[in-house]
Amino acid sequence: MFDISFLYEAKDVKDAIKKLVENENSEIVSGGTDVLIRVREGKDAGMGLVSIHNISELKGVSIENDGTIVIGAGTSFHDITNDDIIKKYIPSLAEAVDTIGGPQIRETGTIGGNICNGATSADSASTMVALDACIVLEGPEGERIVDIKDFYTGPGKTVRDRCEVCKCFKIKKENYENYFGYYFKYGKRKSLEIATLGCSVLVKLNATKDAIDDVKIAYGVAAPTPSRAVSAEEYVRGKKLVDKNLLDTFADKALSDMKPRNSWRASKEFREQLIKEMAKRSLVNSIRRAGGKIEYYV
Amino acid sequence: MSKKIITLHVNGKDREVMIDERESLYETLRNELNLTSVKKGCEVGECGACSVLLNGRCVDSCIYLTMWAVGKDIVTVEGLRDEENDDITDVQKEFIKEAAVQCGFCTPGFILKAVEIVGHNKPYTRDEIKKLITGNLCRCTGYMNIVTAIEHAIKHNMDKLGVPYEVMPSTTSFDVPEDEKDKMLESLLAMQNNDVTKI
Repeated sequence: MFDISFLYEAKDVKDAIKKLVENENSEIVSGGTDVLIRVREGKDAGMGLVSIHNISELKGVSIENDGTIVIGAGTSFHDITNDDIIKKYIPSLAEAVDTIGGPQIRETGTIGGNICNGATSADSASTMVALDACIVLEGPEGERIVDIKDFYTGPGKTVRDRCEVCKCFKIKKENYENYFGYYFKYGKRKSLEIATLGCSVLVKLNATKDAIDDVKIAYGVAAPTPSRAVSAEEYVRGKKLVDKNLLDTFADKALSDMKPRNSWRASKEFREQLIKEMAKRSLVNSIRRAGGKIEYYV
Repeated sequence: MSKKIITLHVNGKDREVMIDERESLYETLRNELNLTSVKKGCEVGECGACSVLLNGRCVDSCIYLTMWAVGKDIVTVEGLRDEENDDITDVQKEFIKEAAVQCGFCTPGFILKAVEIVGHNKPYTRDEIKKLITGNLCRCTGYMNIVTAIEHAIKHNMDKLGVPYEVMPSTTSFDVPEDEKDKMLESLLAMQNNDVTKI
């Protein structure tokens, strides 16, 4: 039995917002794999839960006419991994959400909850940051769209108001077309593990596949919020793949952009080492997926 | 907090139950419907002992509210039956044959996960099976026999579908020579009777 004051099954998004406004001490529950555990630990005990679990309008992935991919916030990780649109256009997101928890968790946990929790360790977050996703929120005053780079304000904190429901994520065509990605999760176990560090890279090569057109690299747990390594991205733009300093300088620049810290999971020094190594490996793997050759790196 | 009367579709039957809406699904299944194959383990969705099939997909029932399961098809181990042969399912038979059961606490969860995996009708490799069962923990078997049992259960299914599928040979053997059998039986009986001289 969970220590909650009430459970309200919302019929649709508007109904959920109405209930959230009426009850100050209430929060949204979608998949429940984080919220119910927080309740059980006593952190959110006594709160009312407004459930958006069975709202079908929040589920599913679709593609709009202009190529924008729309991921419903209530789509479970399992459904994202096995979705044909995601598999075809953003396979690195499918891979990233396939590293979350275990198979049973991925069956119920949702991407909306993963992002809205505001955790820097969320496995979907770094890839969504690299993809420049837009978050569609609906609140009592209506709908608004927030860029993911403005969404996170601190550890566990986002710009989402308590009464706002995250409806979907939009990924524009220019942010995924011709990009090839790789998600690297470092954890002590292969499953049911929170990332010690997560790194997501998207690479676009030029037409002859010997130089980098654009790179987007985002980390989880390397800073208080999931964040991009901007100076590393700037450095590699336009660089030739045969350049032997490419990887080392890229890794150093990535480290200078990040602010890792000590935690019981890993020390700051270890995380710094991981940031550099994962930057290199993720970049190499992305380049290889894009059809480029890096011969000097094994 | 008011109690509610809801109808759950469990193991092929509609069951009317009175629940508290704060309940999680494993509490309702165990306490109201006496389906004790659903185990209470870690209660935070890590061990998989409370796994049940919801619309054919394995879910941790400890972090799943009962109210969410209304209208869904719930299956627990009690509901598994090979209707054709009026027998237990192939998955259960293989778990017994491969000695994939020791203390048995994790077994219902593993069996349901295995039923889901076999139901995919895909010739999974050993490594793929290992990844698919990462949501279930077993502290006794070391997983070897569980993976082999699932592999053999998939093999039965693949044979029916006519798909070639290679499996690792069975790691357990019940084909003990006749004279050995008597000795083993004797020592087992001695163990039960605490007769140290004959073990």
